[in-house]
Formats: sequence, C-alpha cells, structure tokens
Amino acid sequence: MRDLREGLPESRGGDEIKSVWFVLLCCRAEVITGLSEEIAMKEFMTGNHAVAHAVVLCRTPLIAAYPITPQTAIYEKLSEWEASGILKGIMMRTESEHSAMASCIAASLTGVRTFTATSSQGLALMHEMLHFAAGCRTPVVMANVNRLLAAPWGFWADQLDSLSQRDTGWIQFYCENGQEALDSVIQAYKIAEQVYLPAMVSLEAFFVSHFMEPVDVPEQEEVDRFLPAIHLPHKFDIEKPGFLVPVVSSELYRKYRHMAQTSMDSVKEVALRADLEFKEIFGRGYGIVETVMMDDAEVVIVTAGSITSTARVAVKILREKGYRVGLLKIRLFRPFPAEALQKALGGKRKIAVIDRNNSMGSGGIFCQELRAALVHSPDRPVTFSYIAGIGGTDVTPEVIQKIVFDAMGRDEPEEKPIWVMEE
Amino acid sequence: MASSVQELNLLRPGHAACAGCGLAIGMKLVLEVMGPRTVAVIVPSCEGAIGGVYPNTSYGVPTFHSAFEIAAPTAAGIANGLKIQGRDDIQVLAFAGDGGTFDIGLQSLSGVAKNNDDILYVCLDNEAYMNTGIQVSSATPSYAWTNTTPEGNPRRKKNIMEIMAAHYNPYSATATIGYPRDLQQKITKAKGIRGTKFIHLLVPCPTGWRTPSDISPELSILAVETNVFPLYEVEEGRKYTINHEPRRLPVQAYLLKQGRFKHLGEEQIRQVQRDVDEEWEKLKHRASLQG
Ligand code: SF4
Repeated sequence: MRDLREGLPESRGGDEIKSVWFVLLCCRAEVITGLSEEIAMKEFMTGNHAVAHAVVLCRTPLIAAYPITPQTAIYEKLSEWEASGILKGIMMRTESEHSAMASCIAASLTGVRTFTATSSQGLALMHEMLHFAAGCRTPVVMANVNRLLAAPWGFWADQLDSLSQRDTGWIQFYCENGQEALDSVIQAYKIAEQVYLPAMVSLEAFFVSHFMEPVDVPEQEEVDRFLPAIHLPHKFDIEKPGFLVPVVSSELYRKYRHMAQTSMDSVKEVALRADLEFKEIFGRGYGIVETVMMDDAEVVIVTAGSITSTARVAVKILREKGYRVGLLKIRLFRPFPAEALQKALGGKRKIAVIDRNNSMGSGGIFCQELRAALVHSPDRPVTFSYIAGIGGTDVTPEVIQKIVFDAMGRDEPEEKPIWVMEE
Repeated sequence: MASSVQELNLLRPGHAACAGCGLAIGMKLVLEVMGPRTVAVIVPSCEGAIGGVYPNTSYGVPTFHSAFEIAAPTAAGIANGLKIQGRDDIQVLAFAGDGGTFDIGLQSLSGVAKNNDDILYVCLDNEAYMNTGIQVSSATPSYAWTNTTPEGNPRRKKNIMEIMAAHYNPYSATATIGYPRDLQQKITKAKGIRGTKFIHLLVPCPTGWRTPSDISPELSILAVETNVFPLYEVEEGRKYTINHEPRRLPVQAYLLKQGRFKHLGEEQIRQVQRDVDEEWEKLKHRASLQG
C-alpha cells in the first residue's frame, strides 16, 4: 500500500484523527456536566435523533430524502418510524437530493407539510431546487447537517455548505445543540407556514449530529398547541385550474421577487413572536440572537452553531480571570438580524467573530454580514475576523481564549481574516 | 353538447406551438383521455411555450411548470401529497421532452420508476432539443442533422423503452400521433393501472425535422409503417405486445421526406434499414416469449 501522505505537507494519520475525536468528546463532556439535574427528566440522544423527533411531533406526513453522511441517522430513524407506524405519512426514498427537494416542493404545493434532511454535497446538488422552493413560496422545512464540501473529501463540521446557499431565499437557523435543533425544526414550521418561505435548520456534523446529549422531547399535545394544522393557499384545484410558475415579464418577475423579499423581511418579527410563544409553552426560548454577559464587555465574541457552547465555557473562565468578555450568538442568519445586532453591539469596543467557514477570496461569512450590518452605526465596534474550526478542526475553550487575547492586543482591524491554525 | 366538447378541450387554441406541431397534437390527445380530474406537470421544453405567457395559458387542467430534470419526482411529489389528503382520485400526469427524459431527467425518472410512484409519465419525443433551437439529444436518430451535429448524428437513438422495462414498472408503451386511437387506448389503459406508467410518444416536429407543416401525421404513420418506430407495450418489464403489424415499407419512405436526413448517402440509408430490421427481430422475439 502507498502512503498517500508522502510528499504532502501537514497531513494527518488515523491515530491523530482518533485523538482529535477524543479531545472533542472531552470538551463536550465538560459542557454537559455544567447542566442542571433536569437532565434526569430528559432523554439522551444525538442531534440527528432530536431532529427526527421534531419531524414526527410536527406531524409531517411527507418526507423525501436521500442518504448522506452525517445526515443518515435522521433518514433512518424516520424510515424506522414510518415502518412501525409512529410516523404517519409517506417516506419518498428518492434517487438524489435534487429529486428529494423537487418532491418536497411538489407535495407542499398540494398543501401538505414536508421535510427533507441533507448535508454538504447533497445540499450543493439541491441548489437549483432551493431557489425554486423559495420562488414557489413553499414552506418546506429541511435539516442540514453542516459538513465540509469536497475537495478534498472529509465528513467534518464546516458551515460553508449552508452559508453558500444564503442567496436562495431560505430562512436559515444555526443550532448549538440537539435540543435547539429539535426546537428549531418545530419553530421553523411555524414561521415558514406564516410567511410562505422555506426554512433550513443547520446543525454541525458530529459535534451536534452525533453527540448524545440530554434532550427534552416535548409532549405531542403541546406541540399541537404551538403548531396548528397547515393551511396553504396554493393547492392544485381541479375546479379552477391554474398554471403554476408560468413565464412572466421582467416587471412581473421583479414584482414577485419584491413581494418575496417583503415576506422575508417580516421573518425577524415572526420568528421572535414564535420564539416567545414557544417559551411560554415549553419553557425554553432562544431569540434570533442571544447575548451573554454583554453589559460591561470590552470584547464580544460572536459565534454561530456549536462553537457557541464552547465559547460559553471560555467566557466563564475569562470572567473568572477578571477579563470583561461577552458573547453574542447568531441563531437566525437569513434574514440577517441586522437591527438586533446593531442594538446589541452598538457602543462595544471590540468584536471577535469566529467563523467555521470561509468564503474563498473574501473571508468568514458571519463576519462579512456582521460588518455590513454595522457599517452605518455611528458607534460601531472594531471587528476582527477569525477563521477557526474549518474542516471540523477543534475549537477548544483554550483556542477561544487565545482569540480573545489576540483581539485585545490589536487596535486596528486586520484587512484579512485571521486563520486560527492550532493543531 | 357544445359544452361537453368544450370541457374536453384541455389544450385550448391560441397556444404558441409552431404550425403543424406534433407535440401539441400529442398533448391534446393525451389530455382528452386524462380528463379534467388531472394535475399536469410540464418542464422546460416546447410544452412551456405551449403553456403561454402569463396571464394566459392554454392548459385546461391545473399545471405546474417545474424544473427541467425533475418531471417524474415532481409528479410523484404531487401524487403522494394528494394521496395523503385522500384525493387519490386525481391522476398526476408528467409531460417531458426527449431531452428531459432520455438525458437530463433519466436519473430522476429511474428513481420514480424504482419506487413505482403512481404517475403517468409521457415523453414527448421530437428527437432533439427543439425548444433551444435544434441540438442533438440521445433520442436523436442516426445521421440526423441538428445544429450540434452538422455532419449528422454519429450515434444511434437510445432505447428508452428497454431502459424502462428494466425497472419492471407496470406499464410502458410506444405511441404516436398518426395512430390517435391506439394512443388514446393506451392512455385509458394506463389510467386504470396504479404505479409508474410510461408512454414514449413520438411527435414529429416540422421546425426541427425540416419538414412542411402539413405532414406531421403522415410522418408519424410512416415512422410506424417503416418499423422505425414500432407500436408496442411492455407490462411488468416482461410481457411484450406488438399493437400494430407494420407494412414494413423501406426506411427511405420515412427518411427522404425530412430535411434533417437529406444529406444521407446510400450506405447510411442501408445501415438505418439494417438497424431497424435488427430491432424489429428483437422485438418480435420478446413478444413471442409470452405468446
Ligand atoms: S419546435 Fe417543434 S416541437 Fe416545438 S413547438 Fe415547434 S414544431 Fe412543436
């Protein structure tokens, strides 16, 4: 056998990969032990299974899916529940993600709730239909397990797959853990079905999709109370036959897109209302952004997804050491919660945005969007962009502390994002 | 009386197909049998042009203009969505061109046939990408001129019926507009079968075939009588039935009427004849197996 690493710089062997996983497990365990005794009331499950629970609780009758690592457990669990009768509906086992999305859009147009789940290459293959779903104003809900895009190949966490779909007209949520993924899927239906736009809930590969954590699975009656039966205006009507998605004039296209944009703008308010209502019923809420220890913070760490959990630990350690550090988590990415961010970050001195993604030729995508949102704020902070955790590399509390110290030591923002290359 | 005829006119006049378009005739004949309790899916192709520009449409049944490569999974999604709501008395019909079936939509059609989703899929085969201005597809016959095969197509037409038969789907049939009764009988039969039904419908295209606009039905008949396009059906991937005994006219009778074949030499015509004869023998053999 030939060692593929020969001549390649900084390649990784199997043992090293295993040891990385061990470190990751330890890091997450630390976070888990911080939770209260409520754990006893919860079920221990992976993020993928939490998502599957949400789909059943939402009484979604049509699922169309195609397997891809690390999404497969969602597809398998729902298939298992379809076979046992727990899931009441139809599982379409399509020959590709592209067709899965096509079937979801089509079924949604008949007036039923639909779901699919995918990851990485699968999401990229769906790209054409993502635009179509939004254009058709179908409230399809999808879970995307954030995995890096080839080449080279890998299965690890990286948010570029979903972030590079940011212009497709999908509502996008980024989740920190399995509980939030479950809750966000339920909320996603509630929001999507009010604004007639599709919604994507992203959870990172392995860190969320495969880690087992205590998850509170809500009662069916409570979910029914939160999420009423679906009523869509656009059903095929054989009595009054229409022609859906015709060729239109330039002016009509513009008008139609503008209407969709207006609906997208309303999502921030709709999402906040849904979250408040959710909190009333289930006792948990997330907001569209979340702030932690911000009041006197001199440096604010900005995260999205699973790095947030680790950042909570890092902030706690730094606070104990006497550093005035805060944390802001971006949960809703599309539409981008610019006003909420302006409000939360105005007057702060420094921001360190940690991006587990990189737009080649530009930089971290959360940072780009954040900078654009703050550009007109008179008291805008100096924003530093850190690219960390690319390709599933580990971002430990120590790495985050180093990022904070680095930001503290700088006065002028760097033109280029700073790549964190910790081994 | 007039109103019942009106009701059946599910492809209304005033659509934007070229004069003498076999595709429009084919759609009309299919829709007539499908009736108003149908939801149709079309994909980018001349079907889109026939659909009309907003706010006008020629389709008389609810129609969804989906993306190019997904006629089948779109129709399957609608069929399953309706089934969930107990509305399975409504049939779902997918129309796609040869490009959308033989080429870019083959994978998704295969996926639907494998699941045996309950749809009727009609491939309107005009033997090239006509809507984009006559480019070669894998349904283009040997030696045919197109704008991307200016010297003639060097490859044979793909055998889509055998590909479908390999899925063991309940019903597949060939049909063409020159035999409207045969076509409509097949649609009626397909309507009565649950699962993925496939109709390979040959539709002459005056624009792309370089023919006068008044001979489309005649060409359609000649395609059958020369055995270039035999009429047959396949059930469950094994039971082959030949529906029409052809007169076995020489292929010239069909080819030489079309501008797209006008450059053919004698040897090329002989080769087409050999291919046609060989396919016919194979088909007869398959049909003889079940008696
Ligand atoms: S190009 Fe051919 S198939 Fe298309 S509308 Fe014209 S005649 Fe019909």
